[in-house]
Amino acid sequence: MTALLFGIIHTWLVVGFAPLITGVVRLTKARLQGRRGATVLQPYRDLWRLLKKESVVADSASWMFRLAPYGIFVAVWLAATTMPTFTTYMILTPAADLIALVALLATARFFTALAGLDVGTAFGGLGASREMFVASIAEPAMLTVTFSLSLVAHTTSPAAIANFVLGGHVGLQVSFGLALGALVMVAIAENGRIPIDNPATHLELTMVHEAMVLEYSGRHLALLEAAGMTRLLLYMSVIVCLFFPWGLAGPESGPGGLLIGLFAWLGKVLVMAVGLGLFESLIAKMRVFRVADFLGGALLLALLATIFLYVAEAV
Amino acid sequence: MIIGSVLGAFLLLGLLGIIFNRLPQLHALVYAGCMVLCAILVGDGVYHVLHAGREEIPAVVLPFGLPWLKAHFRLDNLSAFFLVVINFPGALTSLFGIGYGAHVPGARRVTPLYPLFLFGMNGVLIADDAFVFLVSWEFMSLSSWLLVLADHTNAEARKAAMVYLVMAAFGTFCLLPAFGLMAGHDGAYGFAQMRLAHLTPLAGGLVVLLALIGAGSKAGLVPLHVWLPLAHPAAPSHVSALMSGVMTKVAVYGLIRILFDLRGDISWKWGFVIMVVGALTAVMGVLYAMFQRDLKTLLAYSTVENVGIIFIALGLAAAFRDHGAMTLSALALVAALYHVVNHALFKTLLFLGSGAVLASTGERRLDRLGGLLNRMPVTGLTFLIGAAAISALPPLNGFVSEWLIFQSLFQGPTVAHWAMRFGVPVVGVAMALAAAFAGTCFVRAAGIVFLGRPRSPEATAAVEVPLSMQLAMAIPAVLCLGLGVFPVMVTAGIATVIEPLVGVQMPAALLGWPWLSPVSPTAGSYSATMVLLTAIGLTLTTVLVVHHWGSRRVRRAPAWDCGHPEQIVNAQYSADSFAQPLRRVFGSVAFGAEETVEMPSPGDLAPARFTLRMIDPVWDGLYAALLWLVNAIADRVNRLQFLTIRRYLLLMFATLIVLLLVVAVRQQ
Amino acid sequence: MPTTQMAYDTAHLIGATVLMMGFALLYQRRVTAVIRTYSFQAMALAAAAAWQAYVQEAPHLYVTALIALVFKGVIVPLALTWLVKRLGMHRTVETALGIGPTMIAGVGLVALSIVLVLPVTAGATSMTRENLALAMSVLLLGLLMMITRRNAVTQVVGFMALENGLILAAVGARGMPFVVEISIAFSVLVAMILFGIFFFRIRERFDSLDLAYLETFRGERQ
Repeated sequence: MTALLFGIIHTWLVVGFAPLITGVVRLTKARLQGRRGATVLQPYRDLWRLLKKESVVADSASWMFRLAPYGIFVAVWLAATTMPTFTTYMILTPAADLIALVALLATARFFTALAGLDVGTAFGGLGASREMFVASIAEPAMLTVTFSLSLVAHTTSPAAIANFVLGGHVGLQVSFGLALGALVMVAIAENGRIPIDNPATHLELTMVHEAMVLEYSGRHLALLEAAGMTRLLLYMSVIVCLFFPWGLAGPESGPGGLLIGLFAWLGKVLVMAVGLGLFESLIAKMRVFRVADFLGGALLLALLATIFLYVAEAV
Repeated sequence: MIIGSVLGAFLLLGLLGIIFNRLPQLHALVYAGCMVLCAILVGDGVYHVLHAGREEIPAVVLPFGLPWLKAHFRLDNLSAFFLVVINFPGALTSLFGIGYGAHVPGARRVTPLYPLFLFGMNGVLIADDAFVFLVSWEFMSLSSWLLVLADHTNAEARKAAMVYLVMAAFGTFCLLPAFGLMAGHDGAYGFAQMRLAHLTPLAGGLVVLLALIGAGSKAGLVPLHVWLPLAHPAAPSHVSALMSGVMTKVAVYGLIRILFDLRGDISWKWGFVIMVVGALTAVMGVLYAMFQRDLKTLLAYSTVENVGIIFIALGLAAAFRDHGAMTLSALALVAALYHVVNHALFKTLLFLGSGAVLASTGERRLDRLGGLLNRMPVTGLTFLIGAAAISALPPLNGFVSEWLIFQSLFQGPTVAHWAMRFGVPVVGVAMALAAAFAGTCFVRAAGIVFLGRPRSPEATAAVEVPLSMQLAMAIPAVLCLGLGVFPVMVTAGIATVIEPLVGVQMPAALLGWPWLSPVSPTAGSYSATMVLLTAIGLTLTTVLVVHHWGSRRVRRAPAWDCGHPEQIVNAQYSADSFAQPLRRVFGSVAFGAEETVEMPSPGDLAPARFTLRMIDPVWDGLYAALLWLVNAIADRVNRLQFLTIRRYLLLMFATLIVLLLVVAVRQQ
Repeated sequence: MPTTQMAYDTAHLIGATVLMMGFALLYQRRVTAVIRTYSFQAMALAAAAAWQAYVQEAPHLYVTALIALVFKGVIVPLALTWLVKRLGMHRTVETALGIGPTMIAGVGLVALSIVLVLPVTAGATSMTRENLALAMSVLLLGLLMMITRRNAVTQVVGFMALENGLILAAVGARGMPFVVEISIAFSVLVAMILFGIFFFRIRERFDSLDLAYLETFRGERQ
């Protein structure tokens, strides 16, 4: 029963906090660029405003176009629902492991790319093509990270990996460091952040994600934006849960433990958001065909993480 | 008994088809008959799978075949399982054929051969001696060869049939000595005697190698795959569905029968080899598929990929079994068979979809299609479901089998040898790449064909196909969802089927019913049922929230396209441009892809041209070289035709003396 | 004296950093970035040497660390950057084999060295084994870099990375004599090769060491 309750709280928590995190990233970047920047609450207002506007749908669009935003948002939300944030004790924790997480996000991407192709414009196709290109290398990298973690922890479930890390079996392991590096690179690519993609631009030939959703407006765009924000928070939560799970509450934790878990998660995620803003301000965007090297690097990093386990005889 | 009469009925249908060749209603009648017969076989197979272990395994000996052997038939769990896997898609393609079969090129040649093809495939499954197995195998090969050749006015189809015939003959040529080695000196060709035979390690290894080549060439294993993307698309679409979705499964059946039933002691090294070849096949197959411009060729290459994935799991199962990890072996084998079922379903669905598109537009080229979702809603929706399933997206069935294969791969380093320890992660990467590429490949296929604006007048004029064809696509689409949402029931069923082969029953759900957790309670779990229920809940919530607080107004307007919309339909992304980034990264190395752009000089009104050239490295590197070698040898041997009679006599005499010498030496 | 586990983990971590820098060298596309990455690798090597000096209580290793830090980590990179700028050399790395394939080959080499080293050193302590595996990987990556990159600078950097691998192996082996001497000798050798190649290249290209030719070449003077 408690597991169900925690599950429901968690479900709303990830959606509720996602715009805030995006707001923090944007504010950080604005401050670093010497602007005052909008408040951290601005993303909430943006979503609300979009929700209230009418939606303009292209003449050539099929039902796929109108259905896709719901599918995308639900797939991302569902993925976020199954990944632990403040406690591992949730009803849906065993419903999906890291492989399923990759696949759920792939579902969202499948819909996004199809929606990009649906209207039949050059920009939509360009975005869809590039998004699938990025994903074709990012997804295997993420699965390889899962592989190396599962070799150490003997599980693919993020909650169980978190417990393993909390149990102090890991120490200063190189493999974990490499896997973390690979996962961060994947997260940057999958969320369309600099240096892979620029979330702030609409009118640039290097854009990827924004090109696909170019035709969207109104409530459909609101859903897509919300999905993007939730995905960012989701990746941060996964990184926190797998590599820095300290404070994470378990089935036996009392109310105090839960509060600690909640604030620990929030604190870690906020630090990551500021870090992301800092990183994006420091680095320049990459050429599209450099992305293959970048993500190929992530893939090989994850593979090295696996190989290093044999050196350390951790398996 | 039932099976015997059904098989007889298949032959009869074929015969009727030949006799009443001119009858216009013939096509519908033959296909309807095939559908009923397949349905009966499915029912029989399901009955035997459900009653596995509780009854005698039915075995029959019939008084024909080799004089000292007679013909043995037997229906054990594995055969019954494959009976379902093969005849269910068979029934669907027959249903599709009722509306479709009369309109294919060379329909009068296709219809009588179709039941014979089904006969051959079913014969392989119930064979219990090498003779019946090989004869049925050849029956299957030859009837499908004739089906490929049905449109014999087409030069490409003739080339495809030629290559197919050579490869099929080569495959059988390898299987023959494999069975011969297992039968030993006494010529014990019954499977029952083969199970008891003891082979030297060398002979055992040779059997595995020959079986791998023989079955692999039929399944489309790289580098034996060259015939498959030529032959499968050349046949009429419902036959392509059978060849791709079903005949490759007969090959998988043959390999499982030899590796896991007839031979019990395969070294893990062979498992490793099979796994690595499977990984290579998966990656190469999907890379090829991604760059195809023809919808049916794309699907055929995707079959190569899925066969590779199945072989990865089979190799793992063999390696685990040799290592004594029986539960893991069972897990890998269950994963392989799950994928066999899934691929049979969605590949049939996708090929039928391509058949519907072909029937409606007459086009297979991706760049001549587009916007069909509005014009063919049922075909479009079912094709999208098939594409999502083959891309391994939850909650559909493709994801479950790939999840299981990943779970068993992650246990691979249990076999503590450095080749496995380093090989398994690399195979894991290959498998992950294949899965991700498959997603891209099918976004491209579905997106270019069904979404966007129509790229040709034929696509603009497309209409939906008849109801029977729609039904044939809707049933597998629903099953793709069903098999994805209730995976525990499927794995439990398959686990029973393979129990005699591995000796243990794989625990399907260690955490209780809806959670699929095969390895251990903590080692990761997946519950499609919960995922689907939650997804429904979240969708309802989202829709309620958006429609309660948001605006519900929709306005139709011309596409914005960043302010400069193009009216020309060719301004859309095409199939080639969609694949361009990946082609640039992988194509230049793997396929020698060369892009040339001819730009007219300023002021010149000639159109700019873009040409793309790609080669199949396996074809150019291996087969062309082989062909050259054969030609060179033939040239040398050719001289033998122009000798004098005295020299011919000399050759004969020399041969005779050499043979006599051999006999003399052997007798010493 | 730190605990054995702690010593082991930290050594492993620093060694892996050196190796990662070896990979980063292969990943770079600009010559200046290659030089900077090399500098980081040398600093990581210095850290490895210093840590071993602390763990093994062998003060002479501090000398090695100091050489790595000052000479390889600062002076050589600065000199190289200065030369690259001064000579107006190509700033892009010319590859004989693409970045992706090179890195895949690199991972293969790491796997190979692990497979080779682990059985050979079965009797040694885990710290030595691991250090040897890492050092051999670094060495092979340096060699790979020399083979697959065309620029003279990147070849020199590849050679120096290879040498870093040797030093890493030397500092990891407990009680290895002449470590300091070896590292000094190598450093001198590197310096000689470095300047030898540069003067050779300038002569080869312009038949003179007169910088005026360079300016003409760069289009600054017609």
